[in-house]
Amino acid sequence: MEGKIQGTLWGDQMKQLTVISGKGGTGKTTIVGAFAALAGNKVLADCDVDAPDLHLILKPEIKEEKKFSGSKLAFIGYEKCIKCGKCYENCKFNAISEDIKIDELRCEGCGVCAYVCPANAIELKKRDSGTLFISETRFGPMVHAKLNIGEEASGKLVTLVRNTAKEVAEKMKKDLIIIDGSPGIGCPVIASLTGSDLVLIVTEPTLSGIHDLERVYGVSKHFGIETIVCINKYDINKENTEKIENFCKKSGIESVGKIPYNPEFTKAMIEEKTIIEYNNDPVVKDMWKKIEERI
Amino acid sequence: MIISVASGKGGTGKTTVAVNLALSLEDTELLDCDVEEPNCNIFLKKKLKNVEDVSIPVPIINEKCDFCGKCSEFCEYNALAVMKGNVLVFKELCHGCGGCKLVCPKDAITYKERKIGEVAGEDNFYQGKLNIGEAIATPIVSAVKKKIKKEKTVIIDSPPGAFCPVIEAVSGSDYCLLVTEPTPFGLNDLKIAVEVLKKIDVPYGVIINREGIGDKRVEEYCKKNNVPVLMKIPHDRKIAELYSKGIPFVLEMPEWKEKFRGLYGAIR
Repeated sequence: MEGKIQGTLWGDQMKQLTVISGKGGTGKTTIVGAFAALAGNKVLADCDVDAPDLHLILKPEIKEEKKFSGSKLAFIGYEKCIKCGKCYENCKFNAISEDIKIDELRCEGCGVCAYVCPANAIELKKRDSGTLFISETRFGPMVHAKLNIGEEASGKLVTLVRNTAKEVAEKMKKDLIIIDGSPGIGCPVIASLTGSDLVLIVTEPTLSGIHDLERVYGVSKHFGIETIVCINKYDINKENTEKIENFCKKSGIESVGKIPYNPEFTKAMIEEKTIIEYNNDPVVKDMWKKIEERI
Repeated sequence: MIISVASGKGGTGKTTVAVNLALSLEDTELLDCDVEEPNCNIFLKKKLKNVEDVSIPVPIINEKCDFCGKCSEFCEYNALAVMKGNVLVFKELCHGCGGCKLVCPKDAITYKERKIGEVAGEDNFYQGKLNIGEAIATPIVSAVKKKIKKEKTVIIDSPPGAFCPVIEAVSGSDYCLLVTEPTPFGLNDLKIAVEVLKKIDVPYGVIINREGIGDKRVEEYCKKNNVPVLMKIPHDRKIAELYSKGIPFVLEMPEWKEKFRGLYGAIR
């Protein structure tokens, strides 16, 4: 939710393309990797901070890293604690047990416990939530991050990745940011797509793929962002591919590409190459041409 | 016994494993906790009666407010902004901690429930669903988990990733099945999922789906780290086709029911 980016001085020239899918495993990162090889003057941003994979293909060389603190965490000073139980009673997140122990994974850092504590025994401290990286790849600069295990601030970290990517783009005079999003429709997805110029939804012709496409399209529509669709592995179920095309037509979404099932994609991944470097895939190249024209 | 099915990477086959396992065992209860994209019912095709709203409280400011600004100062999530003669409430940012009401010196804050999703189901199947445009999924996962019937074998389909709703879904399980695929992405995200499970102290084992599409690095990792590989599901055109049509593959390939029972026997 914190992802809303206001118009900026350079906002008119710089475009942001976000790649999402609703359902996981449809091929977002593979496609972003291919775009990295095809697009000209761009910055890459991996906003799947929970389970980032783009670095496995692009092998970024880290130039700069920053610690990120997304939220606070309550600490109890047991030498002052009088075991009155007020913190336990007032915590809405069940993060404090009856015997006054903090559950780090549940604590959302709201500060209510510290406020109600009559003995002044609780302190809120910034937690170490993750790390932000600014890197260089063989296809240009990349901004990415790693959320620490069990940290909850994924939306905030996504926003930080995007804002940093904008700064990098401005500094290096890049006119496009390509964003690899996360699966789902919640907090990190919303933070990945708000304020972008174009959303590409990568889907697959399975009933789950269609269901999730409809939901995630609902999100991009909700935020008023122009959306296009690409159907990956379209030939595994042509009937479902037709359903997706009908849905797109009905909703006024352009379908920019149909990629056949092709084991070469996995082979490229195993060799840690983009599909463009691996076999110069013509379908993906065509699709990129269409997207480039739109941007 | 509560068994959760999780994965770091999306699309590895969590729902496939959860649904087919539930259909292979006796007396199960299946809970779809992937509330952002719930897919189990695509395979079960149940009419879901008993729909319950899931709401979280948001602050309502009444006329007693004198715009002192203490609430917005306290709020860690920037959900309140006090300006001259006005208080803005950004409801999607509110986590419902209750702090603003506590700090208000004028008793000017009350709470109203705001619907963010729902839980629907019956008997042995429940699913949660987050409303489109909403950011916070965790309360819906908690609401689905309230449906746990301890006397049954409970199977929880978790969301992908390693963020808060995943931890909420998997916590309290007796065992977690981590579904992955034999690719570099599958391995990378499996390692993340393993770290999550270590942190919340839930025992786990791995299911390798689409065996044959990639390489052996997942297996090597499991061997080296003593993570049991409980099942391998081959990369099979028939399984993929059935999936695409929303048919649980154990219904058409009943020999797999025996394999899922064997898996259950190995972890119980």
